[in-house]
Amino acid sequence: MPSLKAIKKRITSVKNTRQITKAMKMVSAAKLRRAQENVVAARPYAQKLGEVLERLAKSSDVEGIPLLEKRAAEKALLIVVTSDRGLCGGFNANICKAAERFLKEKKSDYSEISLLTIGRKGHDFLKNRHSIWKNHANVLSSPNYQIAALIAREVIDGFLLEEYDEVFLLYNAFRSVMSQDITLTQLLPIVPPAAEEEEHAPEYIYEPSKGELLKEILPKHVEVQVFRSLLESVAAEHGARMTAMDSASKNATEMIGKLTLQYNRARQAAITKELMEIISGAESIKG
Amino acid sequence: MAEKITLELVTPYRKVLTEEVDEITATGALGEFGVLPGHAPFLTSLKIGELSYKKGGAVSHLALNWGYLEVKEDKAIVLVETAERADEIDLERAKAALGRAEEALKKLTIEDKDYRVMEAALERATIRMQVAAKAARK
Repeated sequence: MPSLKAIKKRITSVKNTRQITKAMKMVSAAKLRRAQENVVAARPYAQKLGEVLERLAKSSDVEGIPLLEKRAAEKALLIVVTSDRGLCGGFNANICKAAERFLKEKKSDYSEISLLTIGRKGHDFLKNRHSIWKNHANVLSSPNYQIAALIAREVIDGFLLEEYDEVFLLYNAFRSVMSQDITLTQLLPIVPPAAEEEEHAPEYIYEPSKGELLKEILPKHVEVQVFRSLLESVAAEHGARMTAMDSASKNATEMIGKLTLQYNRARQAAITKELMEIISGAESIKG
Repeated sequence: MAEKITLELVTPYRKVLTEEVDEITATGALGEFGVLPGHAPFLTSLKIGELSYKKGGAVSHLALNWGYLEVKEDKAIVLVETAERADEIDLERAKAALGRAEEALKKLTIEDKDYRVMEAALERATIRMQVAAKAARK
């Protein structure tokens, strides 16, 4: 049985830990709210751009536009979005596992799969097992459109230089505070959204030509997708951290309860022992 | 025919404005154009430039960075990367950016990769100052 003092010390230390996890939960909750707002705010732009793209892709000749062109898929690029910081439950582990699975399954389909990681955790995990083409760390603390555009342009450039023929994006989509969806989407070549046939599609005036417009809008589409995945991933990360910290706080409380019980028992035992000694001492004097 | 046209301005960060307006003027890929209520369906890319709209008697100006404008059924949707209302423009910053871009352009030649980038920065700064000046005159 550990000594009273040792138990007391453990209780204090667990209490301190609980305080930290509680504080982290609060911080994550605040950050989550902001991240969620960002996700919602970005939605109309992505949606409208999608609509425009759909209309353009439907009505114009898509031949000869490189970003839409399906090439023989030999080399692929996988973009993995993780977080920069840990302590968020299975958030990073899950996405890394999904990346591993993807690499294993598709190994036979492609001659080479390169990796681009966004976020420090994914890079740390994957760099020992695979070669990383590029890494972007420390972009997730405040995801902004410029960074997303930069990454997207880099990816597009590589695609146009035929460094890879297909690009996939793997990230945690934010579903709710409790759960994240691991989402895999094909970024390039762009799969135009399935167009619904409108009955009276109005005749549009295009300026400059449709083809020109399409050429300009496609890179933007990629940028928006990258931007959205960053925002979603950040929101999911804060959600995951909040849940993890909540359960950590709960576990700490439980542990404190158990330790307090143990402490009281030990105290009781010590008192009983002392009493016994006093009584037996008194008995022996009496006798 | 509708009397008004709904102008919606959307950036990746937020919806900047949704308003019923009388007239919109913007700089397209092929030059400046105006949109009145009842315009035919229309899709164009926008250059770095100015967008102004008339509502009642008042004219408002915005500085835009690259984007699109779509007109459909008395609704004009503008998708842009950044949009700043005249009163949101930081004139000092725009001036500083203009100075920086001018300096950089002096050193670069047309062949340089950064030339286009700096040129765009110069344009953006100029437009911002122009829009801010218009707002100040009122």
